[in-house]
Amino acid sequence: MTYITKPRLHHPLLAPNALGFTRRDYEGKVSTLCAGCGHDSISAAIIQAAYELDLPPHRLAKLSGIGCSSKTPDYFLGNSHGFNAVHGRMPSVLTGASLANRELIYLGVSGDGDSASIGLGQFAHSVRRGVNMTYIVENNGVYGLTKGQFSATSDPGSKSKRGVVNHDQAIDLVGLALQLGASFVARSFSGDKDQLTPLIKAAISHKGAAFIDVISPCVQFNNHVGSTKSFDYVREHNAALNRLDFIEPREEITVDYAPGEVEIVRQHDGSILKLRKLSAEYDPTDRISAMGHLQLHQARGEVVTGLLYVDPDAKDLHDHLGTVQKPLNQLGDAELIPGPAALAAINDSLR
Amino acid sequence: MTPISAVNDFVVKFANVNGSGSASANGMFAKSILRMGVPVAARNIFPSNIQGLPTWYEVRVSEAGWLGRRGGVDLMVAMNPQTWDQDVASIEPGGYLFYDSTKPLPATRFRSDIQVLGLPLTAICNAAYSDARQRQLFKNIIYVGALAHLIGIEQEVLETLIREEFASKPKLVQPNFDALRMGREAAAEMLKPIGLKMRRSQAVGDRIYIEGNSAAALGAMYGGATVCAWYPITPSTSLAEAFTAHCQEHRIDPETGEARHAIVQAEDEIASIGIVVGAGWNGARAFTCTSGPGISLMQEFVGLSYFAEIPAVIFDVQRGGPSTGMPTRTQQSDILLAAYASHGDTKHPLLLPEDPAECFEFGALAFDLADRLQTTVFVMLDLDIGMNEWLCRPLTWDEGRRLDRGKVMTYEELEAGKDFGRYLDVDGDGVAYRTLPGVHPSRGAYFTRGTSRDPYARYSEEGPVYVANMQRLLRKFETAKSLIPAPVSRPAKRRTPHGVIYYGSTTPAMHESLHTLEQQGVHLDALRVRGFPFSDAVMDFIEAHETVFVVEQNRDAQLRTLIMVEGEVDPAKLVPVLGYDGSPITGRFITDEISRRMRGLTRSPVPQVAE
Repeated sequence: MTYITKPRLHHPLLAPNALGFTRRDYEGKVSTLCAGCGHDSISAAIIQAAYELDLPPHRLAKLSGIGCSSKTPDYFLGNSHGFNAVHGRMPSVLTGASLANRELIYLGVSGDGDSASIGLGQFAHSVRRGVNMTYIVENNGVYGLTKGQFSATSDPGSKSKRGVVNHDQAIDLVGLALQLGASFVARSFSGDKDQLTPLIKAAISHKGAAFIDVISPCVQFNNHVGSTKSFDYVREHNAALNRLDFIEPREEITVDYAPGEVEIVRQHDGSILKLRKLSAEYDPTDRISAMGHLQLHQARGEVVTGLLYVDPDAKDLHDHLGTVQKPLNQLGDAELIPGPAALAAINDSLR
Repeated sequence: MTPISAVNDFVVKFANVNGSGSASANGMFAKSILRMGVPVAARNIFPSNIQGLPTWYEVRVSEAGWLGRRGGVDLMVAMNPQTWDQDVASIEPGGYLFYDSTKPLPATRFRSDIQVLGLPLTAICNAAYSDARQRQLFKNIIYVGALAHLIGIEQEVLETLIREEFASKPKLVQPNFDALRMGREAAAEMLKPIGLKMRRSQAVGDRIYIEGNSAAALGAMYGGATVCAWYPITPSTSLAEAFTAHCQEHRIDPETGEARHAIVQAEDEIASIGIVVGAGWNGARAFTCTSGPGISLMQEFVGLSYFAEIPAVIFDVQRGGPSTGMPTRTQQSDILLAAYASHGDTKHPLLLPEDPAECFEFGALAFDLADRLQTTVFVMLDLDIGMNEWLCRPLTWDEGRRLDRGKVMTYEELEAGKDFGRYLDVDGDGVAYRTLPGVHPSRGAYFTRGTSRDPYARYSEEGPVYVANMQRLLRKFETAKSLIPAPVSRPAKRRTPHGVIYYGSTTPAMHESLHTLEQQGVHLDALRVRGFPFSDAVMDFIEAHETVFVVEQNRDAQLRTLIMVEGEVDPAKLVPVLGYDGSPITGRFITDEISRRMRGLTRSPVPQVAE
């Protein structure tokens, strides 16, 4: 519960990162989600990623919509500004925040109801604009806060806890993100922190719209037999494409792999994505074949995970708009106000 | 019937087909009158369509400076066969009908009480031009030339305007001169002189001629707006487009060529206001511009802005509602929608500009108010102000004027250990300090949410905590009263128990009506309301009068309702005068309505007081 204060006592063996912060410094309030909720594992992965990246917590802003997933930003990065916005509208708020100050890191956290139903439009448009953000959907295929209605990512044929079968087609956010031009697209599973954490680190380091769909089972309403978003189902059908090692710009890469087993992608900030291939033919820099691969394996009932696509040289919304490097929220009066003389000239042109 | 005879005081109306290129010719006609030093008020009346439907352009020439619509037409330039009958019917008795007489019309299509001026425009064009588009475009210039001859617009003035218009395409200058001359010569040859005349004057002074949307966009630029998110909707589109043009001109880093602004055409109005709220939360001045349907869509975010206390500015260029209503016609029918936008207990400051000059001033002021009050501020234009060029005083900006960013706690203050409670009322004015994301490594971060929380931004659903916060928001609204522009008073020449309240684009018609009423012996103290929440001066004015007319351009007397509710005013005291047919309210209409109602007021005669 949020009114319970976490003890500030730190374990003496907690190792500090380069900034002197321990993992605890990236935590937030105590989670109010159900025990065993997949979302809490994602929060833990975000905390771990931020800690490992040596992120100054105040240089990141976390934004969310409404729903169980959207509550989670209160449970991580307590020293970052957070914004729990309107249902389905986090992407527009994040876009505005990003326009105001291009220097901060923007983390958008949303759910399948928030992004695939009410907010599908905003999800799509923020992605196609190339907003520089990490957009995580905590996807459980169900409305948790309102107790178990199907969401738009529920697979046809999947069964609700009450035994109702879903007949509507599922919206595949990963497929949409690829089609809409997201320059970093990944899918992971809340039960696989080793896969998820480096993906989050890579997404945060990526410039452009980075999207991660995280299957995150709802222990309360969507973790039963007949659900395609249960822990058991995802474990059984997980078709991981690759394992990612994220290497920061300052680290040295050691070449210890046989050719063909590992793919190296260098992002614009100098960070290295080292991908140990699990699917030999898969090329994560080829968007068209990524879409094909995804469709093929999804049709077989598999849950394709890993880094699906990355464009390491992507441009973002600020590039498209040609905005100044200095954050717009730091421009002073002299830079903003043309002044009385310019206005006199404007008046003259209107006579 | 005696032909109308008037100098520098008449109404010319052009009836055209839209898409025929008439707009620039008609605009040149209006501007040539201004250049002769005589004030004009010109209004487009147009359909929601790009080509083929009727459109009108009404030019009121008034040396006395009456800039509202007068009502009636003295000279009709009837270039649209589709609307012939209604156009002919609208001419004042003794007025003039100018038309293309190439194709003969039976006498039954005319009126006996008007003067008919037929010129075979099509025949003249067909003889002079072989290209179909040229025939169409130059026909417009030819009729301007003919009218110039008839009413006495100087050729030199028109030629200067043509040179300015085609400065970048000098090849077009001579052909336009030729067309003008053709019109002049044909009129001199075939038409008798008419009673409407222009005479050079000095009545325009240093005033400028500008659309309210463009002026509001200039206000946003001078007010420091850096983020604009919008979705196209008539009649607000040109505000965003003007902001884009102004920023291209004045907001580019001279060294890098980079933009000191970000303009996003969003996917809808919800995303537009979402972007504005996100940018405002992060400390950039941001706005959107829209019309009634857009405000309807933005309701949820406006409530978030109110409760989470995030600065935002919305320019609402009002049009005829409800639903799609009359999208290209004017109304003041979003007053209540904007004042109480969103669910739950909410209310928002409104600014009510009277003309483009105030669109500029209030456009800039809105950003200071939004930052100081940390809430959404509406600037309520309407189609009449927004999309028509108005003659108004020049725009001014004081050299030393600084942007007022409101209460933002800085790194230094946080570092010095100043207590930060995002919703803590430290000054008693209801306005708390905010911090911007990224300000300090370990202090000042907070979680923004639309749910209830305590003064330190911690989630709380406890009744007393919620109520204390809602009461603070009321205190903040009370603070807003002192920041909203004060109403402008126009006392009657004689002491009177009767008053009138008006606002926005009704102003010029109201002023003319007050003048007319005064000549008829009807005296009214007048008060122009310029914003909401209402200052005490508004309630004092009502208190000081027995009857107060409230003149508005909507069906439901929305400002009257707002005054009644917020000021707990007896409804019987406030008499609505409502013109809401979609065309700008006229002085004649207001005069007639008030005169009629004054006759009906069964009160004792106004006591005469020695002056």
